[in-house]
Amino acid sequence: MDQRLMQGKHMEKILVLLHTEADGSLGRAARECLSLAASLGKYDLAISGADASAAANSAEGSAERILCIAADEFAVPRSSTDSAAAEMLIRTSGATLVLAPGTSRWSRALPMAAARLGGVIDTHAVGLEVVGDSIQVKRWFYRQRIEGTVARSGSPWIVVIEPGAFTATEATPRQATIETQSLELAVSPRTTVEGTISTAAGEQTIRPDAALLFVAGAGWTKKQKDGQVHFADAADRIQTFVHKSKCSLGSSKSLVDLSSEGEAVLPFLTHLHQVGQTGSTPRHRKGLATCCHGEEPHVVGWRFINERRAVNLDPNCGWARGKADVLYVADAFEVMKELNALLD
Amino acid sequence: MPYQIIVCGGIAPDPLQTLEPAMGPAGPALKNEMMLPAVFDPWAAHALYEAAHLARQFPGSSIRVVTLAPKAKLQQVMMTVAQKLPFELIPIDGPGGGFTDAVEVSKVLAQAISAIPGIDMSQFLLFGGWESATRGSGCVIPMVAARLGIEDCFLAVDELKIEDGALVIKERVEGGLLQVSRCSAPPAALAWATGSLPEPPNHPQTGMANMRAMMPALQRAKPAGLTGEGFSVPQATLPAQQRQTQVVKDKPAAEISRELLEWIKG
Repeated sequence: MDQRLMQGKHMEKILVLLHTEADGSLGRAARECLSLAASLGKYDLAISGADASAAANSAEGSAERILCIAADEFAVPRSSTDSAAAEMLIRTSGATLVLAPGTSRWSRALPMAAARLGGVIDTHAVGLEVVGDSIQVKRWFYRQRIEGTVARSGSPWIVVIEPGAFTATEATPRQATIETQSLELAVSPRTTVEGTISTAAGEQTIRPDAALLFVAGAGWTKKQKDGQVHFADAADRIQTFVHKSKCSLGSSKSLVDLSSEGEAVLPFLTHLHQVGQTGSTPRHRKGLATCCHGEEPHVVGWRFINERRAVNLDPNCGWARGKADVLYVADAFEVMKELNALLD
Repeated sequence: MPYQIIVCGGIAPDPLQTLEPAMGPAGPALKNEMMLPAVFDPWAAHALYEAAHLARQFPGSSIRVVTLAPKAKLQQVMMTVAQKLPFELIPIDGPGGGFTDAVEVSKVLAQAISAIPGIDMSQFLLFGGWESATRGSGCVIPMVAARLGIEDCFLAVDELKIEDGALVIKERVEGGLLQVSRCSAPPAALAWATGSLPEPPNHPQTGMANMRAMMPALQRAKPAGLTGEGFSVPQATLPAQQRQTQVVKDKPAAEISRELLEWIKG
């Protein structure tokens, strides 16, 4: 991080805007945001959601002022209530710079709050730096293909921090006795949240905290050496590996598209598994791609995968051109069978 | 009940193209930007297909596409998109690249939508892509919604069903889960992820019918008037990340798997 940021050499009045999780705690992304704010110097803290006051007591202890909205209507993620809460908290704080974690909940609500406040917003921030006496935000453009910095003069400026971009602090109770100011806000939402569901069949196959990302490409559904397709074998090898290694399962667009076009494919792979330009950009320490060509639109989703290996029959595929550390030119059906046996 | 669906979507460079930023006096742009082949933004395209799917279920529904893009480039892209389904195009002439301000773009789009005559908010659904393939901010649709007075906004939507007039929506949230919400009635804004519909096949007759109305609309497209005031991108570079790939050939599968296991556990 920019050294001048850590010395607080900027002119912004900072608000850290968080929400609680369903159990009333602060999530990892919230703690990352607190960690970043603590390194900037003084800040105000605002929390919305269930048990917001209790969460404020467990938050890192550098906040000078604490604002909370904790009525029942604000317990569930919903744009109308969340954006109203965020708008009121930001307006009350008078902050010029708002730092918030890039959760699905805030990603939905904060742009709405920014529009109503006449403010500005930048999302997916992966770094902050000071130029002169102002702050610039680092983020990606063109789906992680170009990196750049953004400077703004408008306020309030809401900066939504990309989860995983900063280190999270362990929860430490606040040191000083600061009164928590609870705000009242009347809302009448038209939307009810009915809960969450997992699309994975049988077992959870997307594990954001896994060390390894395993990507299955369209090659798993192609004709093999015997001139036949082997969907059952492919499904068995992939699911066995995911089950045994407890990795996160991803896929390429071409494979999940086959499913939506009505072709017989691997039924447990959905668009939620899609990694790349029109899919996700997961963060895992290692990534293993199988039967995947490593084309640029897919590989941009690997931007935050540090160590990369691939198994593919084509020695001239995209992985061979500087996109993977190691490319094994081999039959993934055989390699995964052997690997699964070793994992027993 | 018929729906008035407005889809906001821009254009993006073809994903297979190599992109390189070039700094100019007005900030960064893509090298040879006007020469790069373009496509309709992928997630906005999904929103458009979902709009068509919904409109087919509810006769009398209308689809309009509001687009901010260079009109010459947009015309090329529409030659293909117009063949997919019938819709009315409302073009706004302006930069379509990623180095523009999402806040300003949302104002322009909201103004264009507000100027459309005959919008009935009780039938109004605002659709768009979750994030563009250019700027990728994911905040234009929520901001347009807020500026139009819509309070119910859904991000990363994968499914919409109508049940007794209520909108039942599945959105992607953390941990690979889908959040299920029920919104009592329109208006609502839905920023779509991939959804579950395939790309519709081209239908030349639909394309010709669409283009008859689109060509005059493109000629009349008003300039967006983006000023970029208070916003700048001082730096844009390609990530310096090129790996020295080790290509391993002629190694038995058993040996590769042992090596992989060691690497996974290491």
